[in-house]
Amino acid sequence: MAIVLEARGLNKRFGAVAAASNINVAVEQDAIVGLIGSNGAGKTTFINMVTGYLKPSSGTITFGGRDITALSPREITRLGICRSFQIPQLFNTLSVYDNLLVGVGIVVSGARGWAQVTERAGTPADTVNSMLERFKLTDYRDKLAGVLPEGIRKLLDIAMAMVVKPKVLLLDEPTSGVSAEEKYSLMDMVMEAVRAQKVTVLFVEHDMEIVTRYTQRVLAFYEGRIIADGLPAVVLSGSEVRKYVTGETLHATAGANHVAH
Amino acid sequence: MKKDPTLAILTAASLILLAIGPVLPRWAMFLINVSLCYGIVVLGMMLLMRTGVVSFGHGLYYCLGAYASGTIDQVYKISDMSVMLLAAVLVTALASAALGLLLRKYRDIFFAMLSLAFSMILYGLLVKTSALGSSDGFNITASKIAGITVAGTAGDRYVRYALTVVCAFLAGLFMHKYVNSHMGRLALAIRDNELRVEYMGASVSNVIHVNYVISAVLAGIGGALVAIAVGHIDPEMAYWTTSGEFVFVGILSGTGSILAPFLGAFIFETIRSFAYEYSPNTWQLALGITMLMVIMFLPGGLWSLFMRKRKAA
Repeated sequence: MAIVLEARGLNKRFGAVAAASNINVAVEQDAIVGLIGSNGAGKTTFINMVTGYLKPSSGTITFGGRDITALSPREITRLGICRSFQIPQLFNTLSVYDNLLVGVGIVVSGARGWAQVTERAGTPADTVNSMLERFKLTDYRDKLAGVLPEGIRKLLDIAMAMVVKPKVLLLDEPTSGVSAEEKYSLMDMVMEAVRAQKVTVLFVEHDMEIVTRYTQRVLAFYEGRIIADGLPAVVLSGSEVRKYVTGETLHATAGANHVAH
Repeated sequence: MKKDPTLAILTAASLILLAIGPVLPRWAMFLINVSLCYGIVVLGMMLLMRTGVVSFGHGLYYCLGAYASGTIDQVYKISDMSVMLLAAVLVTALASAALGLLLRKYRDIFFAMLSLAFSMILYGLLVKTSALGSSDGFNITASKIAGITVAGTAGDRYVRYALTVVCAFLAGLFMHKYVNSHMGRLALAIRDNELRVEYMGASVSNVIHVNYVISAVLAGIGGALVAIAVGHIDPEMAYWTTSGEFVFVGILSGTGSILAPFLGAFIFETIRSFAYEYSPNTWQLALGITMLMVIMFLPGGLWSLFMRKRKAA
């Protein structure tokens, strides 16, 4: 498979804090990659650098062979890298339908040409309606985004990233704030959509069951470094990951100490 | 889904105003004329408000439009109202395109105060420019329209009034189409969440710049029409209190419909005229109390009254 996204020697410092240290990653086309790590490990910093929100202190990021390190979020989005947010970023005074229509309108109005919108659906309204159906948002079509329940806000946030036809999609904690019953159906919907559009996905996740079920590859972050990279089963069973990410060793040690005392 | 009656109301109101014009008393014709001119300016302000920015300096373009048309009339001796309006459009479009390059980088109070600063610079320049009448300004004849002389004829006032009505209709029509287009939705999206708009691939600065130019051109048209209606212009048109009046009418009207600025401007002019007539020393008090009432009871502006009724229906 061709490499679609690559980071080389990526570093980011905030004063004395190293949020990213020598990150080297190559992501293949159509891959589903999970980013795991405790809070402050550097996962979101990595996403923010790839999408142009943060500029790395050093290192390069390439997308389809093109250096995108210095590009703005808008320019990166236009190239085909889109993202969702940990806290959904919606247009709260617009309806769910209009939230998606804004995205279709941006594509139609010349960001990446009319053809890419029309090739599958026909008109902007059709594109929005098919997205509403795909994400099961049709019942909320005319509701204002500002009054939606959290799970639906998450779905809409992801749908807004998908509606601008990404080639690479970065999801920042897609199931956070979503109930345990809803998170699998949410992820099923997202995965069905990304498979249909042949989108490469990187997603930050704290729920290891979700990571195991939906990813083909896992990157484990700790203190700004990638400490493990590989198949989910292999990465999650690694000693460093168990110690610093999933906390299993720590819990076991703490339990042993408690018994000893 | 309910059909939007805005265009039907706009068309009907314009036709009614054109029809009743000849029988209106002079004071009423003048009041409606000036209200519509203000309404056109506030229509542009409404577009900026929908984009999430407020200009405290739209007197700049109001004055610039008036002076562009006045200069064509008095300095270049071209007294055709259509050419005067065209001059106002061109000058305000060019000026706002240039100033917009700086203003598009700012938001909130910085955008408001910077726009105010530009208008006060123009005010200062005009006050010191004796060739343009300094603080006294100068008179305008605007004697023709489309090559036909109207000055001194029986229909002179009506022609100026009808010109304003037609311009207000066209401005309203344009704005209705615009706010219901992709660009109109994008403006609301920017007001809600600039970050997300950028992450969907659109340039927030470009949209703000385009909307700023549109609003400036509308202010220029309003200024030129007032100059044609009143027959006199002076630097007060660029003074900060004039810009403040536009913001006042914008808040009074609300941003819910393109009809709101015209309604708000008419109510504003009516209150001002009658308050000034009956209480010349305290007329500002009446305006202040009106604003207080609107902010307390109708924070969405006067138009929110109609929205409530529509929702209830």
